[in-house]
Amino acid sequence: MDASVSAKSNASTFETDVRGIVTAKHVRTAVASDAVAGARPSLVVEPGNEQELAKVLKLANAAGLAVIPRGGGTKLEWGNRPARADVIVSTARLDRVIEHAWADLTVSVEAGCTIGKLQETLAKHGQRLALDALWPERATVGGVLSTNDSGALRLRFGSLRDLVIGVTLALADGTVASSGGRVVKNVAGYDLPKLVTGALGTLGVITRAFFRLHPLPKETRTISCVTGDVPEAHRLVLAIQNSKLAHSALQICCGAEMQPRVDVLFEGSEAGLTAQLEQVKSMMSLATITDAGGDVWNARQGICSAGKQSKGEVAVVKFATLPAQIAETVATIASLSVPDVPWKVVAQAIGIGWARLEGKVSTIDSVLRELRAELERRGGSLVVAQRPAGMTDFDAWGPAGDALPLMSAVKWQFDPQGTLNGGRFVGGI
Amino acid sequence: MDSRISEPREPHIFDAGIFEELREIVGSRGLITSREELHTYECDGLTNFRVLPRAVLLPDSTGQVQKIVRVCHRDKIPFVARGSGTGLSGGALPVENGVVISLTRMNKILEVDLSNARVVVEPGVINLDVTGRVAPQEYFYAPDPSSQSVCSIGGNVAENSGGAHCLKYGFTTTHVLGLEVVLADGSLVHLGGKTLDAPGYDLMGVFVGSEGTLGIATKIVLRVVKRPECVRTLLAAFPSTNEAGAAVSDIIAAGMLPAAIEMMDNLAIQAAEAAVHANYPDCGALLLVELDGPVAEVAALMAHVDEICRKNKAWEIRVAQSDSERALVWKGRKAAFAAMGRISPNYIVQDGVIPRTELPNVMREIGRLSTEAGLRVANVFHAGDGNLHPLVLFDRRVPGQEETAEALSSRILELCIAAGGSITGEHGVGEDKKKMMSKMFSEPDLETMQRVRCAFDPLQLSNPSKIFPRPRLCGEKPGEYVAHPLETAGIAERF
Repeated sequence: MDASVSAKSNASTFETDVRGIVTAKHVRTAVASDAVAGARPSLVVEPGNEQELAKVLKLANAAGLAVIPRGGGTKLEWGNRPARADVIVSTARLDRVIEHAWADLTVSVEAGCTIGKLQETLAKHGQRLALDALWPERATVGGVLSTNDSGALRLRFGSLRDLVIGVTLALADGTVASSGGRVVKNVAGYDLPKLVTGALGTLGVITRAFFRLHPLPKETRTISCVTGDVPEAHRLVLAIQNSKLAHSALQICCGAEMQPRVDVLFEGSEAGLTAQLEQVKSMMSLATITDAGGDVWNARQGICSAGKQSKGEVAVVKFATLPAQIAETVATIASLSVPDVPWKVVAQAIGIGWARLEGKVSTIDSVLRELRAELERRGGSLVVAQRPAGMTDFDAWGPAGDALPLMSAVKWQFDPQGTLNGGRFVGGI
Repeated sequence: MDSRISEPREPHIFDAGIFEELREIVGSRGLITSREELHTYECDGLTNFRVLPRAVLLPDSTGQVQKIVRVCHRDKIPFVARGSGTGLSGGALPVENGVVISLTRMNKILEVDLSNARVVVEPGVINLDVTGRVAPQEYFYAPDPSSQSVCSIGGNVAENSGGAHCLKYGFTTTHVLGLEVVLADGSLVHLGGKTLDAPGYDLMGVFVGSEGTLGIATKIVLRVVKRPECVRTLLAAFPSTNEAGAAVSDIIAAGMLPAAIEMMDNLAIQAAEAAVHANYPDCGALLLVELDGPVAEVAALMAHVDEICRKNKAWEIRVAQSDSERALVWKGRKAAFAAMGRISPNYIVQDGVIPRTELPNVMREIGRLSTEAGLRVANVFHAGDGNLHPLVLFDRRVPGQEETAEALSSRILELCIAAGGSITGEHGVGEDKKKMMSKMFSEPDLETMQRVRCAFDPLQLSNPSKIFPRPRLCGEKPGEYVAHPLETAGIAERF
């Protein structure tokens, strides 16, 4: 039989079978807005629970169809263009907060629940998932885990790998498996929650997660300081890091068209905050202290959001560098970009930063290549989150080093047919 | 499927030739084959399992580890990596007809980079020596297992070791940023690094805590932490563990995250007193609460903790101010396990986790089981995160008592599972608890975990037969699936 005919008949049998599982109401033909990095799937399926989801995956896998898992769809452009895209499996209906065990500071939640809804539930008992993810009103637990998206609070509370304590996964072959659990301290078995965090849905679809929680802070204070140049901002950041202050977040915001600014976040009791604010002010030059307010912590989302594209095409990248090399990295970005690529950077004190570049595709392309090479030379990395339409072939990840064969072997063990998000991850995984 | 599916080991491989080959790699001083000397390595901190290895190798470089592992891979010789041998679950227990690779000679601190708060070490470096090295600049290495003065970083990585202060600071996995690993075929890979979020799967996250089953870490990048401005430790005496437990819940409910919250019951206090004279009050339960951070913040919170303890009927409260007072308060707690020797000829150290709110129920059940079995159980807890260390006391000289103690110890773990907790919070599964894994996880859960094992070590040579009750049959090499002969014959099923 001709391969395309076979694929077609597989797809139509699949569609019938899937309707039987999730009911016809929850299967629809994909439309233009369902495209993923330019690849247009044919079907969107919304399972109602994790068993249904696992059955859908098993059927797709058996039919040789490629699956793109989707949560809120806010970061669907991250990663490389999929090698194939047949079916979108959406977690939209898996949106329950299963149990907020507030006295134990844990929560179990379904993957399709938005971060916003989760935080709202947790706040009823004065708690939070200590994570400032992008677009929390739409981003889901599963999507945030799969893209390993964390913001400035990471300095104090760690990233998702430090917050997730258990996951349930649906694998391509329909296996439903859990790892970790509902207690924070637990070393029984392999830590699969960490394995799937940041795996971009290539190993399995996260259907449920357990998180450790933190209390909402009693009081918060943000203090900002405008500096003359980036090295000065960086010196201030390093001094704060090297002090005994207990800040929750610390970032530098800078760009082609703004003076560098350092933002510090404190959380705690009134008494504790007053003393710390005095101390941090003594490290800053009084004339440059600004009362920018809590909005400064939206800077990362500002950089990542579409916004107005005054100078042409836009690319958004995440970079990792050593904490002591932040100023050098920003200098590299500035020198590569001048004069025709306006840039903006939000760099966290721990050495993770986000940069937005605007300009002509050819210029952005060469800037990113040189920046990646420079970061890698210093032991860091560059990951592309958003890129201009003309750069779809630009590798989002860069090299994964000597562990790539091992990563491929892990992928093969979990998803030997490459059913899940094939081609979107590092090294073509 | 059972363990017999794996290829039969060939004991005859251990002829003079192989020892000669290994000696060439590590030198005469790096190879132990005499029976008396091998006995030193027949068990780790869990002494009721003992297996004599065929040889012990003491490499002093990554290159030597690779060469040894390549020989093992070629001849299908199972190997077990070992640090200081302080583990409590038999993780470093040798395997029959296998070799032990001891990393104690790889004990150099390779790099101290305080401008980035990184320290790079070899696996044999002792936990406390990392802090020792960075203490002058007021940094410390946070994970602090009770054995920290002797246990190695490599062993900590294998077990994802915790400690009293992981309530606030996190476990070993939080503080390991990068690894150089020798895989079971002798190849070298680098996972993570000095910068964060390296592209690709977080294989480092899976490796930490994999109990030596995924390979041997030969270089480790650690994160060190700045010392807090001040540290205060409060010691409170309660009528029973119920009141102490209620105080813990109230502290957490008040939105505080202390650096540590430790609890000891009366029997544990008695033992600690007998052993190290920590000058603890004689009470039903003792709570140690340690707060750290900026002076003003700690002062405010300490007043609140004091109030909460009094409200929950604490009748004596002391606050250690100086380092020496703190050291004394901690001395009794850190010595608690060993102190059992003062009040009982033998004891089993258990390690289970429960959701903190289940503490009163689980304590009551432990009490009931203890009475039923006619054996005393002392309790030491990392109370903040629900990690219990019940110590089952027994006398081996009394016929049948050891078996009763083991049964009781297992029943306690079943209580933890029933309460929604875990069979181990920090000691690991190792040899000791692999049978319990099936009670905590379903078969698909365990099969899925072993897919990772198959990707790292398809021949299952690196610390085989640990963690999992039944080894999984690994598929053929990636790219194409070929049915295993046993599968075709209908003897085994592939998952």
